[in-house]
Amino acid sequence: MRLRLDKPWKPLTSEEATRLPGQLGVYQVADATGTILFIGQAGARSPFGLRSELQREFAERGTGCQFRVEVNQQYRSRWFELLMLHKADHGALPADNAKNPPPNLGRLSPA
Amino acid sequence: MDFEPSEEQQMLIDQVRRFVREEIIPLEAKLDPDASELEPDDHTRLVEKTKAMGLFGIDIPKEYGGPDIDLVTRVLLAIEMAQHRAGLYVPCYGTFGGAGLAQIFEANDDQKERYLYPTLRGEKKTFFGLTEPSGGSDPARAIQTRAERKDNGWVLNGAKIFISNADRAHYGIVFARTDASKGRAGITCFIIDTDTPGFHVRRVVHTLRSSHYATEIEFKDCWVSDHQVLGEVNKGFAVANDRLTRQRIPYAAGCIGVAIAAHEMAIEWAKMRSTFGDKLANRQAVQWMLVDNEIDIRTARHFTLEAAEKARRGLPFRVEAGIAKLTASEGGGRVVDRAMQIHGGMGMTKDLPLERWYREMRIRRVGEGPSEVQRMVIAREILGSNLR
Repeated sequence: MRLRLDKPWKPLTSEEATRLPGQLGVYQVADATGTILFIGQAGARSPFGLRSELQREFAERGTGCQFRVEVNQQYRSRWFELLMLHKADHGALPADNAKNPPPNLGRLSPA
Repeated sequence: MDFEPSEEQQMLIDQVRRFVREEIIPLEAKLDPDASELEPDDHTRLVEKTKAMGLFGIDIPKEYGGPDIDLVTRVLLAIEMAQHRAGLYVPCYGTFGGAGLAQIFEANDDQKERYLYPTLRGEKKTFFGLTEPSGGSDPARAIQTRAERKDNGWVLNGAKIFISNADRAHYGIVFARTDASKGRAGITCFIIDTDTPGFHVRRVVHTLRSSHYATEIEFKDCWVSDHQVLGEVNKGFAVANDRLTRQRIPYAAGCIGVAIAAHEMAIEWAKMRSTFGDKLANRQAVQWMLVDNEIDIRTARHFTLEAAEKARRGLPFRVEAGIAKLTASEGGGRVVDRAMQIHGGMGMTKDLPLERWYREMRIRRVGEGPSEVQRMVIAREILGSNLR
């Protein structure tokens, strides 16, 4: 498995979100320039997994953002991993994660 | 041996059972099914409660401020603490305190001040660094991390894998080879601060236990002073062995707790669910599964309490701890599997805790010494030799 989520971005639209699978996983939302704004997870409480989460993101953010997803049963540990990687790469959490950071987030120093 | 709880033990059991049912399970219902942590405010509030109950730091010896509860009673309580969704690996979400494998009671006075006491107070977090990419079941031979003398200290180079909490810890205890010619007599235990230059947490290791991850760590010219040696040079294997043997008893207790919870769910479901015009509980196929569950649980409980009783009395308990770990992890896995079978489709969903227990219980047959190693330990005893 790749360490970083580096798939191509897709525009965050209602149509793109509706096409997503109803599976568990993680996702990133970025602005138009590719700056990551938020790293999220679609856990087992999401009614339709990634689809529900990205539909909610679109409803809250409107147009102009991009997203990418990864279907992953280990959505919890993968989510923590992506947050730690982002912090290691950029020195801080994405802006919208920083507003409500997860408690006890660890530190990674990937080679 | 009679393992029926005394009146005093039963009072404590009831107290912890109430805590799990009234405090933990309702909070858990609001969390992600794979969550391993409570919200910080809830955690703080519940720690205050366990302190008020006089049960905080339950595994800490009395001389270090623990509540002075004997090992048999602690096992009985550990069985209760595990009876919720996250209970196998994070019983009661850590609200009863303790530092598990990394409690360093053999530390010198200076190390106790710097590490042990802050850990017991809950101010410092630790990790236990033993397993390496070259293997975990035979640490005496598999340890390739080296520590070499330099500038009145030691330089560590190497890697460890499947290390829990290394990314969040303030320090860890790490085993490294200090004399390559001496096998298990050439291993030393070090206390490593995680901000030491040359200490790196390289990656997350994802496992079946998706609620929590392990890490891979690397030591790259990581220099520590002599003050960081825990115990004596070249006597670290005994430190590891002591931890692993002792840990097998609470490890077994957790498996039993989850098995009991799964079994109780299966009994309730079997009494409630009808198929083809009759309750599941009236079908022999289901009855026999429930009977096998009962036998697995009682067997594991007996052997685990026997191991705890021997340890409590200061008798050798290595073999008993191995039998406890073996029967509880293997039996517990079977119980959860049968409970899922009885629940049918619902047993496979994240709506119920069974699927999480199934995944996590599978790890228990490998973690802290796989079943095969436990059998080796027991076989050595039976055959009166070390079989080497």
